[in-house]
Amino acid sequence: MSWIDICALDDIPLRGARKLKTALGCVAVFRTSETEVFAAADRCPHKGGPLSEGIVHGQSVTCPLHNWVFDLNTGQAQGEDGQIATYKLRIEGDRVLIDGARLTARSAA
Amino acid sequence: MTQKLVIIGAGMASGRVIEHLVEENAGAYDITLFNAEPRGNYNRIMLSPVLSGDKTYEEIVTHDDDWYDQHGVTCRFGEHVLRIDREMKVVEGQNGHVPYDKLIIATGSAPFIIPVEGNDLPGVITYRDLDDTNAMIDAAKQGGKAVVIGGGLLGLEAAAGLAERGMEVTVLHLMGHLMERQLDEAAAYLLRRDLEKRGITIMTQASTAAILGEDRVEGVMLEDNTGLEADLVVMAVGIRPETRLATDAGLEVARGIEVNAQMQTSDPDIYAVGECVEYDGHLFGLVAPLYDQAKVLAHALMDQPDAFVVKDIATKLKVTGCDLFSAGDFADGEGREDIVFRDPSRGVYKRLVIEDDRLVGAVMYGDTADGNWFFGLIKDGTEIDEMRETLIFGPAFQGGDQADPLSAVAALPRDAEICGCNGVCKGKIVDAIEGGATDLGAVKAQTKASASCGTCTGLVEQLLQVTLGDDFEAPTAQPICGCTDLTHEDVRRLIKSQELKSQAAVWQELGWKTPNGCHVCRPAVNFYLLADWPLEYQDDPQSRFVNERKHANIQKNGTFSVVPRMWGGITNPDELRAIADAADKYDVPTVKVTGGQRIDLLGVKGEDLPAIWADLNKAGLVSGHAYSKGLRTVKTCVGTDHCRFGTQDSTGLGIKLEQALWGSWTPHKVKLAVSGCPRNCAEATCKDVGIVCVDSGYQVGVGGAAGMDVKETERLVDVATEDEAIEWTVAFVQLYRENAKYLDRPYKWLAKVGLDWVKETLADAGERARLVAAFELSQSIYRKDPWAEHAKQAERFQPLADLTLEAAE
Repeated sequence: MSWIDICALDDIPLRGARKLKTALGCVAVFRTSETEVFAAADRCPHKGGPLSEGIVHGQSVTCPLHNWVFDLNTGQAQGEDGQIATYKLRIEGDRVLIDGARLTARSAA
Repeated sequence: MTQKLVIIGAGMASGRVIEHLVEENAGAYDITLFNAEPRGNYNRIMLSPVLSGDKTYEEIVTHDDDWYDQHGVTCRFGEHVLRIDREMKVVEGQNGHVPYDKLIIATGSAPFIIPVEGNDLPGVITYRDLDDTNAMIDAAKQGGKAVVIGGGLLGLEAAAGLAERGMEVTVLHLMGHLMERQLDEAAAYLLRRDLEKRGITIMTQASTAAILGEDRVEGVMLEDNTGLEADLVVMAVGIRPETRLATDAGLEVARGIEVNAQMQTSDPDIYAVGECVEYDGHLFGLVAPLYDQAKVLAHALMDQPDAFVVKDIATKLKVTGCDLFSAGDFADGEGREDIVFRDPSRGVYKRLVIEDDRLVGAVMYGDTADGNWFFGLIKDGTEIDEMRETLIFGPAFQGGDQADPLSAVAALPRDAEICGCNGVCKGKIVDAIEGGATDLGAVKAQTKASASCGTCTGLVEQLLQVTLGDDFEAPTAQPICGCTDLTHEDVRRLIKSQELKSQAAVWQELGWKTPNGCHVCRPAVNFYLLADWPLEYQDDPQSRFVNERKHANIQKNGTFSVVPRMWGGITNPDELRAIADAADKYDVPTVKVTGGQRIDLLGVKGEDLPAIWADLNKAGLVSGHAYSKGLRTVKTCVGTDHCRFGTQDSTGLGIKLEQALWGSWTPHKVKLAVSGCPRNCAEATCKDVGIVCVDSGYQVGVGGAAGMDVKETERLVDVATEDEAIEWTVAFVQLYRENAKYLDRPYKWLAKVGLDWVKETLADAGERARLVAAFELSQSIYRKDPWAEHAKQAERFQPLADLTLEAAE
């Protein structure tokens, strides 16, 4: 694992998200409660909606385009056949770190 | 390897085949769907309610574009298939070939056109698809006379729909009584009487000799030389299987395309389904057997054993107020006995036909509640000897322990059809209920039962009751969402009475089941708190839909559109230059004038929003709130300033109203318009509030709509001065803010509380003043430009970090 410092916890609004540009495309970084963060692909598998713009509730996010709901723990869509990639995050002090091993891996192209 | 499946025809039968395939074995086939109609599958049997105005086309769509997309179906809609090449195994469409491993022909049927002179005149139409329905709706708008040729199911539904839309309708029927294939004379008489009460003229034994007219239809001439005037002639005399492609391809075709019990044609790789097929000498026109065929065909494609069986079918007429049921065979015959029940004063007639102690046919008119039970007896060949004396009274009278009204439903066999529109049987519904679908909504979602015309809703509810017993709770008002059992109205009331002033207080005190709600309830609760406690409550952007959180409209590709405010539709060269400069600077791909007389900059990147706002702000432009559940626009005409008909300064009033109302949040979007005279160039009569200026003052109308529903405004009040017009408008908007359910437009809210109550409330000068004051108080917080505020936090619109750079190191 190679942890990369991406932001302060307070840079992400409570029950909100920010996005992160990576070699694998945009990743959404969610903050669900005072001290809880999640990261997942920013693209809804249904029609490509930006999940970082969705409403965050419980440990889920609702896609702003057509209301698909994803569990941020597993990336599984609720009641739909779809899943988004999730990435490991951790909080150190007031900083948020993401596991960079997967994110910086580039395709052969 | 994935096999290629090509389907010709997107009708109800093939739609069901695709559903079975994707449900049971998604991905087994790569599906291409041709349809000559430029649209996908809709519930064709619901065209009659569309014609009569009870439903809209959108309500009868069964598979929308998203559905096809989601299930990977390649759609070639609006494209005719020219030929099937069996040797090369390709289908030739107008726009190119598609190879197939398996092919399904589902071309349905074509309406039969009687071969008389004039049958090709404009104004002569058949009744088959949406285009026909729309043509009839358009024709009916002109009023006038319609002649419907054919007194069968389709013809009568067309006649009732046209009469409903205000045409003078005559039905011509060749036979001695209406619907002779489904009804006996007595029932047909009652039907005729009911239709005549609606003003429809029925002529039986009427044979059409010619259709008259020069450039378009003008009348119909009968064999006995009777002449009828007609502005529209609907031909509904029957249908015949559409078999041209199959015949050309050399498949075996009799009246329809011949298939075996697996729906396979004479070519083992080609199947056929629906109204275009012939099986064992039978043709099929009703939906239930089509759905059976679809299931069998899907199973055949998945190599599962199944065989199609011809069953008896029951018929219902979809004309509101004509209760009719017919099943089995009711012809007189040797060894057949009748049981007949009549109650002329109620217009009820029932006839049962019995042969060898078994029920073989049933016709009912006026009271059809027991129809399905009789139908079950016919299908199962049940011996009815013991209940013969009480048989006609239905299941409730068959023995003491069955006196419970639910026993009729309980007694139905598993394969009894409950929902005719979607071909759903009792067994499937009971399985769904036992699997956890414990309310009507869930049963609808899982089985599609009662999801179309809804006449079976009562039966489905009874099934819920029978299956769940004491666990069944009779349907009550719908809760907001799964997070609470409370309705919108309850929550509004409790927020006021318990003085709940934060979201956390709502979740805690009202027992929310989730930690912080969901995307459905949070925006509603946020609005209720903001409307009731404008000074104490802190608006929560995270409980707003992205459009309101970002103050721009999200588009399907994730970009945004930006609409600056143009007060009352007035602008000037400086503003236009600023908008044009912004469009250049931020590479705006589309600049469009909106329906509300504002300019829309479409395709702005999320990161650029704060910068484009700042630029527009510099030119004096503020947010047009085109994204908000709040005041959108006030549309105006030029009024007395320039127009020779204008009676008042409609533009000036529009600007004043927009400046009074802008920035306010409301349960749903609110649109206004002010027209300077009754010519109504600003289209004020289909707005949430629309003011029409007249010589004597101002007519204030409310509750109009021109969206999913189209509604004309209803008059709230006539006032003499501009100030009064503004006062009434503001008071109305505040009353709506204080009372309506989130996401109800004013017209929906008005339908619940009644215009009379609103008029009465607002007529009280004291109450009107209170409402205006309450609105002003709220505006002291919310009448401000969100763009200016948010542009200050530009960093929130940027990505957190860019790890692509890190990776490149």
